[in-house]
Amino acid sequence: MYNIETKDVNFYYGDFHALKNITMSIEPNSVTAFIGPSGCGKSTFLRLFNRMNDLIPDTKLEGKVLIGGKDIYKKDILVDQLRKQVGMVFQKPNPFPKSIFENVAYGLRVNGEKNNKLIEERVVESLKGAALWEEVKDKLKKSAFELSGGQQQRLCIARALAIEPTVILMDEPASALDPISTLKIEELIFELKKDYTIVIVTHNMQQAARVSDMTAFFYLGELIEYDNTSKIFTNPSKEATQNYVTGRFG
Amino acid sequence: MAALHIDTELYKLKNSLQEMWVIVDKQLTKSQVAFLDYDKGVAREVISREKMVNALELKIDSECENFIARNNPVAIDLRLALAYIKINNNLERIGDFAEGIALFVLNNMSEKLPNDFAKKLRIEEMFNEVQDMFTLAKEALHDENSDKAEKIFGIDNLVDEINHAAIRIIADEIKLHPEKIEEYLYLHAVIRKLERMGDRCNNIAEEIVFYLDAKILKHNTEEKLKL
Repeated sequence: MYNIETKDVNFYYGDFHALKNITMSIEPNSVTAFIGPSGCGKSTFLRLFNRMNDLIPDTKLEGKVLIGGKDIYKKDILVDQLRKQVGMVFQKPNPFPKSIFENVAYGLRVNGEKNNKLIEERVVESLKGAALWEEVKDKLKKSAFELSGGQQQRLCIARALAIEPTVILMDEPASALDPISTLKIEELIFELKKDYTIVIVTHNMQQAARVSDMTAFFYLGELIEYDNTSKIFTNPSKEATQNYVTGRFG
Repeated sequence: MAALHIDTELYKLKNSLQEMWVIVDKQLTKSQVAFLDYDKGVAREVISREKMVNALELKIDSECENFIARNNPVAIDLRLALAYIKINNNLERIGDFAEGIALFVLNNMSEKLPNDFAKKLRIEEMFNEVQDMFTLAKEALHDENSDKAEKIFGIDNLVDEINHAAIRIIADEIKLHPEKIEEYLYLHAVIRKLERMGDRCNNIAEEIVFYLDAKILKHNTEEKLKL
């Protein structure tokens, strides 16, 4: 299991200083929630962990991001390999226009896996891991679009699990889901924590309070407070954090 | 920015608890008058008002429950709701003790306590100290001032000391007048009620400090001694 560490991270979109001197250490097998108002930098920070920001032109990173002790921005790092290790789940479920089975198998196939038996095993395992197997086992050949939003999101989680990552990043994974699907995703997060290091960006305070072990509050590109979730939601040290979690911001 | 909905709800909760303070304050003061002046009329007044205290306790409990259910409070808002539930309960108990004293006046007293004996027992002083603790707690919560709440711990020690001294005095009196043992035991029960009232004020002060500073002083004598 890999931990995540950042050291004096600064990030710029052109002239805009989006992240300011962020040093943080995330324990393996834990769930860490990033909270803060829109534009505070939490998603930008999350996307640094699988180098998603590389795709955005005119950006600049200073400082270090280490996963499992390795600097992921070193020249010899292969981004494809990194993304195998660091899976991501987005706000809106984004299944491919393929069957349920092929959605989960996709990552393995693009990584050159040819052994069909292994692929099948891994698909079943991943669907089970994403708590979706019982609901889809009889319709694996059907289109992924036939699934409900909540099921599609769990399918995306299964797709992320199939390539056996060590870290899973979730950017508001339940914000487009109804309460029951949200609960299923949250239950799943508890389960996945045993095997993965999970970082979740959420705008839902109660969700952060429910699922995470640690919570980091970001504001205007700065990491204001990072502590045990219980501490953040009962007695935060900083006034800004208290104002944010109690909804009295701004 | 306009007041948030949660702040309006908090304001309502604060008002209800304020109402409870006022009525329990009256019970405390009137039980003192009933006892020290041996006034059965005032004692009856206290007993009849006890129902209102109970009803208000239930109302506030229910309001706190609704507040938590509907607002999912966190941090200082959560501590306030938790503290209010406990303060409410402690106030109700203080109300019960006041009623107990009123019942003693009505059922077990046949005359005013002789002045010299009352003085020896420091019973008026005890009433006054408890009243001070109560008032301090009320102000501490109203002004959101934990320093004020922390002063209560010191007064509680004094009330405990008076209680202990009173036990010895009553024991001696029983030895001298064994025929009056029942009377003295009832009298001791009144002193004990005052001591319990002091304890309840102490609990309230702990809850105020928890709400304001997130410090847990309950069962933590060492921490309280530092204050």
